[in-house]
Amino acid sequence: MNEFLAMGGYGWYVWMAYGACALAILAEALALRSRRRRALETALASGDAVSSGDRR
Amino acid sequence: MANSWYRYASPASFHPVALRLAPVFALAAAILAIAGLYVGFVVAPTDATQGEAYRIIYVHVPTAWMAMFVYLVMAFWSALALGFNTRLSAMMAQALAPTGAIMAALALWTGAFWGRPTWGTYWAWDARMTSTLILLFLYFGVMALRGAIDDPRRADRACAILTLVGAVNVPIIYFSVRWWNTLHQGASVSLTAAPTMAKTMLAGMLLMTFAAWAWCIAAALWRVCAIVVERERGASWLAPDPALKGVT
Repeated sequence: MNEFLAMGGYGWYVWMAYGACALAILAEALALRSRRRRALETALASGDAVSSGDRR
Repeated sequence: MANSWYRYASPASFHPVALRLAPVFALAAAILAIAGLYVGFVVAPTDATQGEAYRIIYVHVPTAWMAMFVYLVMAFWSALALGFNTRLSAMMAQALAPTGAIMAALALWTGAFWGRPTWGTYWAWDARMTSTLILLFLYFGVMALRGAIDDPRRADRACAILTLVGAVNVPIIYFSVRWWNTLHQGASVSLTAAPTMAKTMLAGMLLMTFAAWAWCIAAALWRVCAIVVERERGASWLAPDPALKGVT
Protein backbone atom coordinates (compact mmCIF):
# COMPACT_ATOMS: atom_id res chain seq x y z
CA MET A 1 0.00 0.00 0.00
CA ASN A 2 2.76 2.41 0.97
CA GLU A 3 4.56 1.46 -2.16
CA PHE A 4 1.48 2.31 -4.18
CA LEU A 5 1.14 5.70 -2.49
CA ALA A 6 4.81 6.46 -3.06
CA MET A 7 4.31 6.10 -6.84
CA GLY A 8 7.96 5.22 -7.30
CA GLY A 9 9.02 8.53 -5.72
CA TYR A 10 6.53 10.62 -7.71
CA GLY A 11 3.78 10.43 -5.09
CA TRP A 12 3.67 14.20 -4.47
CA TYR A 13 3.15 15.02 -8.14
CA VAL A 14 0.69 12.23 -8.92
CA TRP A 15 -1.49 12.79 -5.85
CA MET A 16 -1.46 16.57 -6.15
CA ALA A 17 -2.77 16.18 -9.71
CA TYR A 18 -5.42 13.60 -8.81
CA GLY A 19 -6.36 15.31 -5.54
CA ALA A 20 -7.06 18.60 -7.30
CA CYS A 21 -9.27 16.84 -9.86
CA ALA A 22 -11.26 15.00 -7.18
CA LEU A 23 -11.63 18.18 -5.15
CA ALA A 24 -12.71 20.26 -8.15
CA ILE A 25 -15.37 17.77 -9.27
CA LEU A 26 -16.69 17.43 -5.71
CA ALA A 27 -16.79 21.21 -5.27
CA GLU A 28 -18.60 21.63 -8.59
CA ALA A 29 -21.18 18.99 -7.66
CA LEU A 30 -21.86 20.64 -4.28
CA ALA A 31 -22.02 24.12 -5.83
CA LEU A 32 -24.49 22.88 -8.43
CA ARG A 33 -26.72 21.36 -5.76
CA SER A 34 -26.81 24.50 -3.65
CA ARG A 35 -27.35 26.71 -6.72
CA ARG A 36 -30.34 24.64 -7.77
CA ARG A 37 -31.80 24.69 -4.26
CA ARG A 38 -31.32 28.44 -4.01
CA ALA A 39 -32.97 28.96 -7.40
CA LEU A 40 -35.96 26.81 -6.45
CA GLU A 41 -36.37 28.51 -3.08
CA THR A 42 -36.30 31.95 -4.67
CA ALA A 43 -38.77 30.84 -7.33
CA LEU A 44 -41.09 29.51 -4.66
CA ALA A 45 -40.75 32.59 -2.49
CA SER A 46 -41.57 34.88 -5.38
CA GLY A 47 -44.85 33.00 -5.77
CA ASP A 48 -46.47 31.70 -8.88
CA ALA A 49 -46.41 34.73 -11.02
CA VAL A 50 -48.55 35.49 -13.94
CA SER A 51 -46.88 36.33 -17.15
CA SER A 52 -44.81 34.28 -19.56
CA GLY A 53 -41.28 34.30 -18.39
CA ASP A 54 -38.88 36.38 -20.29
CA ARG A 55 -37.90 38.16 -17.10
CA ARG A 56 -35.09 36.94 -14.96
CA MET B 1 -41.81 16.28 -37.65
CA ALA B 2 -39.93 19.52 -37.59
CA ASN B 3 -42.24 20.61 -34.84
CA SER B 4 -40.87 18.12 -32.35
CA TRP B 5 -37.42 19.65 -32.70
CA TYR B 6 -38.67 23.03 -31.64
CA ARG B 7 -40.41 21.50 -28.65
CA TYR B 8 -37.14 20.94 -26.82
CA ALA B 9 -35.86 24.38 -27.73
CA SER B 10 -38.22 25.70 -25.08
CA PRO B 11 -36.83 25.83 -21.53
CA ALA B 12 -40.18 24.64 -20.16
CA SER B 13 -40.09 21.32 -22.00
CA PHE B 14 -36.33 20.86 -21.81
CA HIS B 15 -36.08 21.33 -18.05
CA PRO B 16 -37.66 18.01 -16.98
CA VAL B 17 -35.69 16.12 -19.62
CA ALA B 18 -32.38 17.63 -18.49
CA LEU B 19 -33.23 16.93 -14.87
CA ARG B 20 -33.77 13.28 -15.65
CA LEU B 21 -30.71 12.91 -17.89
CA ALA B 22 -28.16 14.58 -15.59
CA PRO B 23 -27.96 11.78 -12.96
CA VAL B 24 -27.64 9.20 -15.74
CA PHE B 25 -24.57 10.97 -17.12
CA ALA B 26 -23.15 11.47 -13.62
CA LEU B 27 -23.50 7.75 -12.91
CA ALA B 28 -21.89 6.92 -16.25
CA ALA B 29 -19.03 9.28 -15.36
CA ALA B 30 -18.49 7.54 -12.02
CA ILE B 31 -18.49 4.06 -13.55
CA LEU B 32 -16.17 5.09 -16.38
CA ALA B 33 -13.82 6.82 -13.94
CA ILE B 34 -13.60 3.76 -11.70
CA ALA B 35 -12.88 1.56 -14.73
CA GLY B 36 -10.39 4.08 -16.09
CA LEU B 37 -8.54 4.40 -12.79
CA TYR B 38 -8.41 0.62 -12.46
CA VAL B 39 -6.95 0.21 -15.94
CA GLY B 40 -4.66 3.21 -15.46
CA PHE B 41 -3.23 2.29 -12.08
CA VAL B 42 -3.50 -1.49 -11.90
CA VAL B 43 -3.46 -2.88 -15.43
CA ALA B 44 -1.25 -0.40 -17.29
CA PRO B 45 2.48 -0.90 -16.83
CA THR B 46 4.99 1.62 -15.49
CA ASP B 47 6.39 3.88 -18.20
CA ALA B 48 9.93 2.99 -19.23
CA THR B 49 11.26 6.56 -19.19
CA GLN B 50 8.93 8.49 -16.87
CA GLY B 51 8.33 5.87 -14.19
CA GLU B 52 5.07 6.31 -12.30
CA ALA B 53 4.89 10.07 -12.98
CA TYR B 54 3.33 9.36 -16.38
CA ARG B 55 0.12 8.23 -14.64
CA ILE B 56 -0.87 11.90 -14.48
CA ILE B 57 -1.75 11.40 -18.16
CA TYR B 58 -5.07 9.82 -17.11
CA VAL B 59 -6.31 13.13 -15.74
CA HIS B 60 -4.22 15.58 -17.74
CA VAL B 61 -5.22 14.57 -21.27
CA PRO B 62 -8.97 14.17 -20.52
CA THR B 63 -9.20 17.56 -18.77
CA ALA B 64 -7.19 19.27 -21.52
CA TRP B 65 -9.36 17.76 -24.27
CA MET B 66 -12.53 18.66 -22.39
CA ALA B 67 -11.31 22.23 -21.82
CA MET B 68 -11.08 22.66 -25.61
CA PHE B 69 -14.14 20.59 -26.48
CA VAL B 70 -16.44 22.31 -23.99
CA TYR B 71 -15.37 25.64 -25.50
CA LEU B 72 -16.31 24.44 -28.98
CA VAL B 73 -19.70 23.24 -27.73
CA MET B 74 -20.16 26.58 -25.99
CA ALA B 75 -19.33 28.35 -29.26
CA PHE B 76 -21.84 26.14 -31.09
CA TRP B 77 -24.65 27.07 -28.67
CA SER B 78 -23.58 30.71 -28.84
CA ALA B 79 -23.83 30.66 -32.63
CA LEU B 80 -27.32 29.14 -32.40
CA ALA B 81 -28.32 31.70 -29.78
CA LEU B 82 -27.15 34.55 -32.00
CA GLY B 83 -28.58 33.11 -35.19
CA PHE B 84 -32.00 31.98 -33.98
CA ASN B 85 -32.31 34.15 -30.86
CA THR B 86 -33.28 31.13 -28.80
CA ARG B 87 -33.14 31.42 -25.03
CA LEU B 88 -32.29 27.80 -24.33
CA SER B 89 -29.20 27.87 -26.58
CA ALA B 90 -27.88 30.86 -24.67
CA MET B 91 -28.64 29.11 -21.38
CA MET B 92 -26.69 26.06 -22.57
CA ALA B 93 -23.72 28.27 -23.40
CA GLN B 94 -24.04 29.94 -20.00
CA ALA B 95 -24.17 26.54 -18.28
CA LEU B 96 -21.02 25.28 -20.00
CA ALA B 97 -18.67 28.13 -19.09
CA PRO B 98 -17.94 27.23 -15.43
CA THR B 99 -17.42 23.55 -16.27
CA GLY B 100 -15.06 24.50 -19.08
CA ALA B 101 -13.17 26.82 -16.77
CA ILE B 102 -12.76 24.00 -14.24
CA MET B 103 -11.46 21.68 -16.97
CA ALA B 104 -8.99 24.30 -18.22
CA ALA B 105 -7.76 25.00 -14.69
CA LEU B 106 -7.33 21.27 -14.03
CA ALA B 107 -5.48 20.77 -17.32
CA LEU B 108 -3.03 23.53 -16.34
CA TRP B 109 -2.70 22.26 -12.77
CA THR B 110 -2.15 18.59 -13.65
CA GLY B 111 0.18 19.68 -16.45
CA ALA B 112 2.25 21.66 -13.95
CA PHE B 113 2.58 18.65 -11.66
CA TRP B 114 3.54 16.50 -14.61
CA GLY B 115 5.96 19.04 -16.01
CA ARG B 116 7.92 19.41 -12.78
CA PRO B 117 9.20 15.79 -12.57
CA THR B 118 9.61 15.35 -16.35
CA TRP B 119 10.81 18.75 -17.61
CA GLY B 120 12.08 20.17 -14.34
CA THR B 121 9.62 23.05 -14.20
CA TYR B 122 6.03 23.62 -13.11
CA TRP B 123 5.49 26.29 -15.71
CA ALA B 124 7.03 27.64 -18.90
CA TRP B 125 5.74 30.28 -21.33
CA ASP B 126 5.46 27.62 -23.95
CA ALA B 127 2.92 28.08 -26.78
CA ARG B 128 0.62 25.31 -25.67
CA MET B 129 0.61 26.25 -22.02
CA THR B 130 0.19 29.94 -22.74
CA SER B 131 -2.69 29.36 -25.15
CA THR B 132 -4.38 27.07 -22.61
CA LEU B 133 -3.99 29.79 -19.98
CA ILE B 134 -5.67 32.18 -22.44
CA LEU B 135 -8.48 29.62 -22.78
CA LEU B 136 -8.97 29.73 -19.01
CA PHE B 137 -9.06 33.54 -19.14
CA LEU B 138 -11.61 33.40 -21.97
CA TYR B 139 -13.88 31.27 -19.79
CA PHE B 140 -13.41 33.76 -16.94
CA GLY B 141 -14.06 36.62 -19.35
CA VAL B 142 -17.33 35.14 -20.61
CA MET B 143 -18.52 34.55 -17.02
CA ALA B 144 -17.48 38.02 -15.89
CA LEU B 145 -19.13 39.65 -18.90
CA ARG B 146 -22.41 37.93 -18.06
CA GLY B 147 -22.11 39.09 -14.47
CA ALA B 148 -21.57 42.65 -15.64
CA ILE B 149 -24.75 42.91 -17.74
CA ASP B 150 -28.04 43.04 -15.88
CA ASP B 151 -30.40 42.24 -18.74
CA PRO B 152 -30.03 38.50 -19.40
CA ARG B 153 -30.94 38.73 -23.09
CA ARG B 154 -28.33 41.41 -23.71
CA ALA B 155 -25.84 39.36 -21.71
CA ASP B 156 -26.68 36.34 -23.92
CA ARG B 157 -25.74 38.25 -27.07
CA ALA B 158 -22.62 39.87 -25.65
CA CYS B 159 -21.36 36.54 -24.27
CA ALA B 160 -22.15 34.77 -27.55
CA ILE B 161 -20.06 37.27 -29.50
CA LEU B 162 -17.15 37.09 -27.07
CA THR B 163 -17.33 33.27 -27.12
CA LEU B 164 -17.29 33.15 -30.93
CA VAL B 165 -14.37 35.59 -31.19
CA GLY B 166 -12.47 33.58 -28.58
CA ALA B 167 -13.04 30.34 -30.49
CA VAL B 168 -10.04 31.26 -32.66
CA ASN B 169 -7.90 30.25 -29.68
CA VAL B 170 -8.95 26.59 -29.79
CA PRO B 171 -7.20 25.67 -33.07
CA ILE B 172 -4.22 27.67 -31.84
CA ILE B 173 -4.01 25.43 -28.76
CA TYR B 174 -4.50 22.30 -30.80
CA PHE B 175 -1.90 23.06 -33.46
CA SER B 176 0.52 24.94 -31.16
CA VAL B 177 2.75 21.89 -30.81
CA ARG B 178 3.07 21.71 -34.60
CA TRP B 179 3.37 25.40 -35.42
CA TRP B 180 5.98 26.24 -32.81
CA ASN B 181 8.82 24.49 -31.09
CA THR B 182 7.31 23.81 -27.73
CA LEU B 183 8.51 22.27 -24.53
CA HIS B 184 5.19 20.44 -24.59
CA GLN B 185 5.31 17.22 -26.55
CA GLY B 186 3.35 16.68 -29.75
CA ALA B 187 0.08 14.80 -29.93
CA SER B 188 0.38 11.20 -28.77
CA VAL B 189 -3.04 10.26 -30.09
CA SER B 190 -4.49 11.28 -33.44
CA LEU B 191 -7.15 10.08 -35.79
CA THR B 192 -4.77 9.64 -38.69
CA ALA B 193 -1.88 7.71 -37.17
CA ALA B 194 -1.45 4.67 -34.98
CA PRO B 195 -1.10 5.60 -31.31
CA THR B 196 2.43 5.65 -30.00
CA MET B 197 1.53 4.36 -26.58
CA ALA B 198 0.80 0.96 -25.04
CA LYS B 199 -2.72 -0.34 -25.61
CA THR B 200 -3.60 -0.51 -21.92
CA MET B 201 -2.39 3.06 -21.37
CA LEU B 202 -4.52 4.21 -24.30
CA ALA B 203 -7.52 2.29 -22.95
CA GLY B 204 -7.18 3.90 -19.52
CA MET B 205 -6.84 7.33 -21.08
CA LEU B 206 -9.91 6.87 -23.29
CA LEU B 207 -11.99 5.57 -20.36
CA MET B 208 -11.02 8.61 -18.32
CA THR B 209 -11.79 10.86 -21.29
CA PHE B 210 -15.29 9.43 -21.60
CA ALA B 211 -15.69 9.82 -17.82
CA ALA B 212 -14.71 13.50 -18.05
CA TRP B 213 -17.03 13.92 -21.03
CA ALA B 214 -19.97 12.35 -19.17
CA TRP B 215 -19.27 14.51 -16.13
CA CYS B 216 -19.19 17.69 -18.24
CA ILE B 217 -22.57 16.76 -19.72
CA ALA B 218 -24.03 16.00 -16.28
CA ALA B 219 -22.70 19.22 -14.75
CA ALA B 220 -23.90 21.33 -17.68
CA LEU B 221 -27.37 19.76 -17.53
CA TRP B 222 -27.67 20.34 -13.79
CA ARG B 223 -26.46 23.89 -14.20
CA VAL B 224 -28.83 24.60 -17.08
CA CYS B 225 -31.71 23.39 -14.88
CA ALA B 226 -30.72 25.87 -12.18
CA ILE B 227 -30.35 28.61 -14.80
CA VAL B 228 -33.78 27.86 -16.26
CA VAL B 229 -35.34 28.17 -12.80
CA GLU B 230 -33.37 31.36 -12.07
CA ARG B 231 -34.26 33.04 -15.33
CA GLU B 232 -37.78 31.74 -15.87
CA ARG B 233 -39.01 32.24 -12.35
CA GLY B 234 -42.30 33.96 -12.49
CA ALA B 235 -43.20 31.90 -15.52
CA SER B 236 -46.42 30.03 -14.95
CA TRP B 237 -45.05 26.72 -16.22
CA LEU B 238 -42.72 26.51 -13.24
CA ALA B 239 -45.54 26.50 -10.72
CA PRO B 240 -46.89 22.98 -11.23
CA ASP B 241 -43.38 21.61 -11.70
CA PRO B 242 -43.01 18.66 -9.32
CA ALA B 243 -39.39 19.67 -8.80
CA LEU B 244 -40.61 22.69 -6.86
CA LYS B 245 -42.25 20.46 -4.31
CA GLY B 246 -39.11 18.57 -3.42
CA VAL B 247 -37.25 21.58 -2.08
CA THR B 248 -35.73 21.13 1.34
